[in-house]
Amino acid sequence: MEEKRRDLMEEIAEANSSASSGIDDKKIKHWIHIYVLGKQYKVPASLTIMQALEYAGYRFNKSVGCRAGFCGACSTMYRVEGDYKIKTALACQTMAEDGMYLVQIPFSPAVKAKYDINNEPYDGNVFLKYYPELARCVSCNTCTKTCPQDLQVMDYVQAAIKGDFQKVAEWSFDCIQCGLCAVRCPAEIVQYHAAQLGRRMYGKYGLSEEPNIVKRVEEIMSGKFEEEFKKVMSLQKDELEKVYVKQQNEREIY
Amino acid sequence: MAMKLPYYPGCTLKTKAKNFETSTLAVAKELDIELVELPKWNCCGAVSSIVTDDLMHQLAPARNFVRVLEMNKSGIVDNEYRLVALCSMCYNTLKRTNLLLKNDHEKLKTINDFMYLEEDYNNEVEVVHFLEILRDIGFDKVKEKVKVDLSSLKIAPYYGCLLLRPKEIAIDNTEDPRIESDLLDSLGVKPIDNPFKKMCCGAHQTVQDKYAVARNTYTIVSGAIKAGAEAIITSCPLCAFNLDNRQREAKELYPDFEGVPILYFTQVMGLAFGVPEEELGFDLNYNDPRPLLREKNILK
Ligand code: FES
Repeated sequence: MEEKRRDLMEEIAEANSSASSGIDDKKIKHWIHIYVLGKQYKVPASLTIMQALEYAGYRFNKSVGCRAGFCGACSTMYRVEGDYKIKTALACQTMAEDGMYLVQIPFSPAVKAKYDINNEPYDGNVFLKYYPELARCVSCNTCTKTCPQDLQVMDYVQAAIKGDFQKVAEWSFDCIQCGLCAVRCPAEIVQYHAAQLGRRMYGKYGLSEEPNIVKRVEEIMSGKFEEEFKKVMSLQKDELEKVYVKQQNEREIY
Repeated sequence: MAMKLPYYPGCTLKTKAKNFETSTLAVAKELDIELVELPKWNCCGAVSSIVTDDLMHQLAPARNFVRVLEMNKSGIVDNEYRLVALCSMCYNTLKRTNLLLKNDHEKLKTINDFMYLEEDYNNEVEVVHFLEILRDIGFDKVKEKVKVDLSSLKIAPYYGCLLLRPKEIAIDNTEDPRIESDLLDSLGVKPIDNPFKKMCCGAHQTVQDKYAVARNTYTIVSGAIKAGAEAIITSCPLCAFNLDNRQREAKELYPDFEGVPILYFTQVMGLAFGVPEEELGFDLNYNDPRPLLREKNILK
């Protein structure tokens, strides 16, 4: 058992070595086939979709950002051979699978309404004022099925129609604005922009002021951090690198 | 023990027509009825689609029916599959899908297949309007709760289309509905018969052409006034908006037109039951009914 387990771990490490230490094709044991824009590529197993595409020779100048699942730039749609379902993913967070038919969605053509929350009364009708198409929701739930963050998107859309700021804000809190919901919606709603309006309104009017934040803002305004900033700005490249590495090593992991 | 019923508020009752909901919940409580809001309900769809292959628009109502199954499963209600609607538009939309799925098993299957993340729906639910619940428990029971004398009030029922058409979903006789006048009778109010009680208010046309709607408002409201009414009751936030707010445009078109207040039937019930004024939300009625009610010594 022990031995078998070690074998397995070694295999995994080996399969991963391409990603961790550069790629030496001869060392790679496990390969998969993926399709990018209809063209087949053989890529090492155990890469993320993003890494697999890069291995296949694609260079990202769009559809990439943080590489950490936070920025929402790497929206991907795919099907897997043998399954009719259309699926979505963040390319930087999802492992490539054998038989994937992939496409990157670099941008969701969604218009963001212009508003000034300081001039909006805290009234639930604000959602339909700026995004009247919300009322076209047919509750098909496609947005929820699409969301790579596993949010209950349809539920927050429905909460928006009812003007419930708190629910919109809380249920959409983990949205990273990848835009896939809006791409798939048959009612042509721009869910994530409407949710952002909800969070802004709720943040301004629905929540009580956080004393810590008020204090910190005062500190910033009074110039408490100016000195530190000046110091950092005056550093040479190699000094800056050192500071950065030190800071990365010391930083708290959330 | 209160009768616990799954309750579908609909979007308007959470925004523009909050007074319809607060007054209903208050009078239901007096009658020992607990209306339990459907968890995570979605919009009814607002307009029933009459295109036979447009199943997409049947999803919203169907999904709400699944919520009723969940309420029963989790014990929020006990073996209670009646879904109570208040807004006439929601009632109409929900009920039409309710019937469509009962009569067409193939469509039901397609919808269940599409909503594969939900529990299967097998026509367990029966959509009813709150007025029907009142009729079922008996208007004599309603009468027992009356504490305030409203006999000086003359009110005309208004049904519009949505409670009566199409006839398969009508809550009453489509030609000569009585349910609202029976209710008014039991509340000690004199019901006034308006020959235009079933005329369409103009519905969503109000967005496109408010003057077209204002003309209907004029006809319907004037009909009630001529018959002697001092106010009109309705069970529909859209009808209420058209009959109430569009009186402004009606006055532009017909300068000698004089309006009357438009009330939700539950606001009148609340007055009769002596429900505190705050719960009846008269401040949301466009034509303020309070002067009339004060004049009649019903409100202080
Ligand atoms: S690159 Fe930022 S979420 Fe994937």
